[in-house]
Amino acid sequence: MAQVLSRATVAPPKSFWSPARREALTGWLFAMPWIIGFVVFTAGPMLFSVYTSFTNYNIVDAPKWIGTDNYTNLFQDDRFYLSLGNTFWIVLVKVPLVTLASIGIALLLNMDLPGAKFYRTVFYLPQVLAGVAAIFLWKWILAPDGLFNNFLGFFGIPESARPGWFFDPNWTKPGLVIMGMWWIGGNILIYLAGLKGISTTLYEAAEIDGASGSKKVWYITLPMLSPTIFFQVVTGIIGAFQIFATAFIITGKDSNVGGPDGSLLFYVLYLYNRAFGRTGQATLQMGYAAAMAWVLFIIILVITGIQLWLAKRWVYYETDK
Amino acid sequence: MAAAIEQLNETRVAFNQPSSSRRYKWSVGRVVAWLGLALMTVLFVVPFLWMVSTSLKDARLAGDGKWIPDTFVWSNYTEAFSFNDYWGQWWINTIIITVINVIGGVLSTSLVAYAFARLRWPGRDIVFSLVLATMMLPGIVTLIPQYILFAKLPAFGFQGSDNWVNTFLPLTVPAFTGSAFYIFLMRQFMSGIPMELSEAAKIDGASELRIWSQIVMPLTKPALAAVAIFTFQAAWEDFMGPLLYLQSEPLYTLQLGLRQFEFAAGGSVNWAWLMAGSLVVMAPVLIIFIIFQRFFIEGVTLTGMGGR
Repeated sequence: MAQVLSRATVAPPKSFWSPARREALTGWLFAMPWIIGFVVFTAGPMLFSVYTSFTNYNIVDAPKWIGTDNYTNLFQDDRFYLSLGNTFWIVLVKVPLVTLASIGIALLLNMDLPGAKFYRTVFYLPQVLAGVAAIFLWKWILAPDGLFNNFLGFFGIPESARPGWFFDPNWTKPGLVIMGMWWIGGNILIYLAGLKGISTTLYEAAEIDGASGSKKVWYITLPMLSPTIFFQVVTGIIGAFQIFATAFIITGKDSNVGGPDGSLLFYVLYLYNRAFGRTGQATLQMGYAAAMAWVLFIIILVITGIQLWLAKRWVYYETDK
Repeated sequence: MAAAIEQLNETRVAFNQPSSSRRYKWSVGRVVAWLGLALMTVLFVVPFLWMVSTSLKDARLAGDGKWIPDTFVWSNYTEAFSFNDYWGQWWINTIIITVINVIGGVLSTSLVAYAFARLRWPGRDIVFSLVLATMMLPGIVTLIPQYILFAKLPAFGFQGSDNWVNTFLPLTVPAFTGSAFYIFLMRQFMSGIPMELSEAAKIDGASELRIWSQIVMPLTKPALAAVAIFTFQAAWEDFMGPLLYLQSEPLYTLQLGLRQFEFAAGGSVNWAWLMAGSLVVMAPVLIIFIIFQRFFIEGVTLTGMGGR
């Protein structure tokens, strides 16, 4: 009886392609472009890169296994430490300044002042003007006879006391940071979005309790903004560690040595020189460059990990239950 | 991290609601704040104005510190492009690469996001967490091995090369695999569309491909616009990609072309020409920004892509 019944329900013969199976296949097919891209352009190359980092490889000849030599050589390489130091300098100076400035401007923009929308657009404008053209513009502004030094002259600073910027090893990195402050429009917008998302009832409650403006910023705005700050700082640091195009264009013909006294030899620039540099150093050292990339990856991973751990102490999640 | 991203997205919704226009309240603090903003706005515009000013100067007087040139040398704009015969070609190359990137980026991103937002399939959540993981992956890790890969992939004489290096392929083909940031953005956007729409279409016998192209794509236009605009900008302004993969001059893009200013004119840089040339190269992005401002601004907050 049961057999008959079940047979009756199964008939007409069920196709292999049940709706769920069909959807599963469609899902995989739709996601396939990314999956293929991930395997071919990301995961595969990454695995190969681990192997490359233990070899001597110039692309033309077959890779030669040399064990951990690339890594041990790296840790005895003066220019590796120089480039790491320069890169840390930029990360430690630029990221906090960018964070403070963009939160500050976002707070002002959030005060609902007349023209705020126009200001918002202007602050974002430089972000549109990235690329080589904008870097050249700043190379020109910070030239010895450029706009910035003219401006200093306006305040009575004599020519001899004005910085040499990209020609003076002491001023190259500060110059780069000043330049970087022009591209904070995106950060400002994201902080502004975070600020707009803070419920007004919190502020109203604080006002009833008689809280002052600065207290509201400290006890409501910043904690509520902390997830945004955290996200921006994490991605900002990852980006700052990989600074390349700016330093490459600014140093121009001296990019192979990293500008005056190697003061702009950043990690990725040095890596590029080792792999592709046209002059001076031995080039096409793919094994060495791959090892460098993995060391930077580990550094970034550790720093991101530390930040995630620290986040428990200062990042406030409304959704935490 | 996932929680941070979720929360960011919640706050973004509030951002895009039009703020009600009302009379402004004034106090000393607010006046000071307004003046501070105005001053900062000026500081942000000054470099750009300086660029325009320099571009119109006599090359020998570029460093004279004047805002208004004594004589306006409009010919800088034509002469800047005369020192190299390939400028026309570089424009064409840049436009080709950019257009392919925009088309590939929009299509693949939308297709892949559809799989994550609207379809149930085994392994979906694992694959999506991989997408999130690549968002945080420093690009430097794949730089070297990708170059090796492209140096080994056969191009069969395309653009005169037997491997992918020194062709447009490394700069265009990866665009068709979608980018993690945009897939994430599109998925959030698509998840907001009621499933009933898809179910109704399915009852009418529509395939998923049809639902994607006829129902979901039109409903996600703002997000698609953001993806298109940012892909356009990134492709137009990309420097490292062309630097690595385009080695022969006729294949250069504008960004590589700009760098030639430094190597031209026997050592000393002609700043007037360089600024004129830079302005013209920037112009397409600037024009797109002026027309599609709203999408730029919304796109930044939607994607969380601030300081690239």
